[in-house]
Amino acid sequence: MTESRWEPRIVAFFCNWCTYTAADLAGVSRLKYAPNVRVVRLMCSGRVDPQFILDALAKGADGVLIGGCHPGDCHYAEGNYKTLRRMRMLRRMLTALGIEPDRVRLEWIAASEGEKLRQVVNDMVERIRALGPLNLPARFDAWDRELEHPPAPESTSPPMEALTPTQPLEKVHA
Amino acid sequence: MNRSGAMKPNPSAEPPRIGFYVCHCGSNIASTVDCAEVARFASRLPGVVISRDYKYMCSDPGQELIQQDIRDHRLNRVVVASCSPLLHEQTFRKAVAKAGLNPFCFQMVNIREHASWVHEDPQAATAKARALARAAIERVRFHRALEPVRVPIRAEALVIGGGIAGIHAALTLAEAGKRVILVERQPSIGGHMAYLDKTFPTLDCAACILTPKMSAVRSHPNITLWTYSEVVKVEGFVGNFTVTVRRKPRYVNEELCVGCKECVDACVFKEGKFPDEFNLGLSRRKPIYLPFPQATPQVVLIDPERCLNLKTGKCKKTCVEACDRNAIAFDQKPELKVVQVGTILVATGFQLFDPSRLPQYGYGRYPNVFTTLEVERLVNSSGPTGGEIRLRDGRTPQSVGFILCVGSRDHRTNRWCSRTCCMHSMKLALLIREHTGADVTLFYMDIRAAGKGYEEFYDKCLREGIQFVRGRVAEVTDWAMTPEEEGKLVIRVEDTLAGFVRRIPLDMVVLAVGKEPQPDAQELRRLLNLSCSAEGWFLERHPKLAPVSTFTDGIFLAGCCQGPKDIPDTVAQAGAAAAEALALMDRGYIEQEPNTAYIEEADCSGCKSCLPLCPYSAIQFDEARGKAHIQAALCKGCGTCVAACPSGSIRQHLFEDEQIFAEIEGVLSHD
Repeated sequence: MTESRWEPRIVAFFCNWCTYTAADLAGVSRLKYAPNVRVVRLMCSGRVDPQFILDALAKGADGVLIGGCHPGDCHYAEGNYKTLRRMRMLRRMLTALGIEPDRVRLEWIAASEGEKLRQVVNDMVERIRALGPLNLPARFDAWDRELEHPPAPESTSPPMEALTPTQPLEKVHA
Repeated sequence: MNRSGAMKPNPSAEPPRIGFYVCHCGSNIASTVDCAEVARFASRLPGVVISRDYKYMCSDPGQELIQQDIRDHRLNRVVVASCSPLLHEQTFRKAVAKAGLNPFCFQMVNIREHASWVHEDPQAATAKARALARAAIERVRFHRALEPVRVPIRAEALVIGGGIAGIHAALTLAEAGKRVILVERQPSIGGHMAYLDKTFPTLDCAACILTPKMSAVRSHPNITLWTYSEVVKVEGFVGNFTVTVRRKPRYVNEELCVGCKECVDACVFKEGKFPDEFNLGLSRRKPIYLPFPQATPQVVLIDPERCLNLKTGKCKKTCVEACDRNAIAFDQKPELKVVQVGTILVATGFQLFDPSRLPQYGYGRYPNVFTTLEVERLVNSSGPTGGEIRLRDGRTPQSVGFILCVGSRDHRTNRWCSRTCCMHSMKLALLIREHTGADVTLFYMDIRAAGKGYEEFYDKCLREGIQFVRGRVAEVTDWAMTPEEEGKLVIRVEDTLAGFVRRIPLDMVVLAVGKEPQPDAQELRRLLNLSCSAEGWFLERHPKLAPVSTFTDGIFLAGCCQGPKDIPDTVAQAGAAAAEALALMDRGYIEQEPNTAYIEEADCSGCKSCLPLCPYSAIQFDEARGKAHIQAALCKGCGTCVAACPSGSIRQHLFEDEQIFAEIEGVLSHD
């Protein structure tokens, strides 16, 4: 994919009860929004394992959007609070990994907020567009090549080595 | 394990034989998404044995197509790309089950609500449909045969709200032999309908048709009626809700009082002194009172804000002396009752728009500006004037004007149509004309008379000489410009049919106030885990196909809490809600989605991270073995513990890590 044709690719994890339903409502209301977001339906935003987010980024997503019920409205009482907590930790970790934390976004969108869903998706696409491609798979490949043909042993700095994706991504937990 | 995380080989050894189907949904999907192209794309994916596109997958021939393919091609997985799974997942699961496939070896792709309806560019929409299809095909390989969980359902129902909707629903359920608890926060059931004099379009008396139903509720052996009570807490799930109801003190023993009103006559206040809620402040009542003559239950109550004894402790307590049944109980305290029910019907109704929010209409400023409900009390023979239409100064009006759409169809207040104000105003116009012979004019934008016999009623009003002026009223003023306007209210309006601005002097102005969600609808919404529309009405599961169900299983809606409607529609909806609840309770059990979490014991390290995360206390810790254990019957399938388990030993049926990773890979892979 050439740079001029690059379009942001965003994976979304929506909870069944609020945000997925809001996306259905946006559809029924024929609201139009950017086609860059691909939705994965989960029962609750609390099911969003940070590993899903890292996996999506590692497989080529430029951004990840998580949608859950408003605080106090969770169908399962408090799953969304757990998500909020995990997101705080994940943002710190992303910064450490050299990934802009704004590529991952958590939004509360109620079942009636089809219009908010449209706005959030469009805004997210624009922000990711401004950040540019993340393209982790290509960076991983470059690192792999570097490992296979190391230029000089002393030039590889230890932190970079820690990041090489031949190691499985560690499971992060709340 | 590769770079993508936790991809494990499918434990069920059979190689996947996937059937993939794209639905055109007439032109709903096909006009934006190239369905044939999506089917062609899917046919090339590994494991896909057959890939088709068809006009309507959900139709009988569509379902038969899948079933035939399952038999002919020995399919063990099916993916359908069509509308939202919230709409038709069950349809297709049943269809594949009929052909002998486990219904959970099915996955649905939403390319209508999430693609064709929201994107304009056919190329982009088709690309998205391809990606979503690929994700589902990747995912379905990891699906396993599952059995739905059966949960027993209690045969008792709770009805919240004792208006006509709640009354009708409660009676329907009780007649079918179910125990019903009807909770009403006012001292009497009856709701808004009890305020009405006559009902359109037949002009039958509201009390005559409502009172028998109210007393049927009171006397029905299967109904427990709790008036002056509010639901304060709801726990549990469909089939087994635990509901806490707060019963406010009436200061009168409900079991002993027979409603003879001797106490009311004996009260130290010789005359009514305080605004009577039922007559909307148009008459006065005493601190001890019966809300209205047909009040059900026929039990008086004491207003603690007004009663001398309750306020100061200094009173002769003549009411106590007057009651020969010793029903007066000044020491009553609020009481909390806990009940267990299988289903809940919400029939909490509406509130009327407060017209003082539109100061240009002068409500509260000019004494002779009324609301439609106030006029309803005036024309009622048991109302404050004994059924005579009188102005505040006692005169009989010679000319009356109705302003329609006050707090309805208005961008400044509420945008929706309240649906009954046109008919309600025309009915009152006719009654006023009958009672007084006054000239009556309706100021309207559009007359909405859609209903059985409604248009005919409109015709009748025209024949009876009711005047109709089309135009939204600019203001109501008492500023006279000519001698004949002196001492009158003047309506300034652009008559859009005549094409000029008119000033019309009137004795009485009636504002047709619209309906709004109850002021505490949001609190109840939280209590019951419901959703609201943007306007604040409770949201039904589907506007067309599930108009009384909600997103919370076992909770149903009836009446105006779901949106403005008239009495026939309310009663019809209440009957439908009762029928849905009955269907659920009569079966005796509900099949729950088998999306519960479970623990791979071998991997559990016994760290206990999961224990505090579960809101349902479904996870127990076996100290002896050092392992956590999930009780499937308590698990609701949110998956919060699954995401948190550091060793990955908690897994979730239908949302296994492998399935979600496969989906992520699918949506991201380039064509």
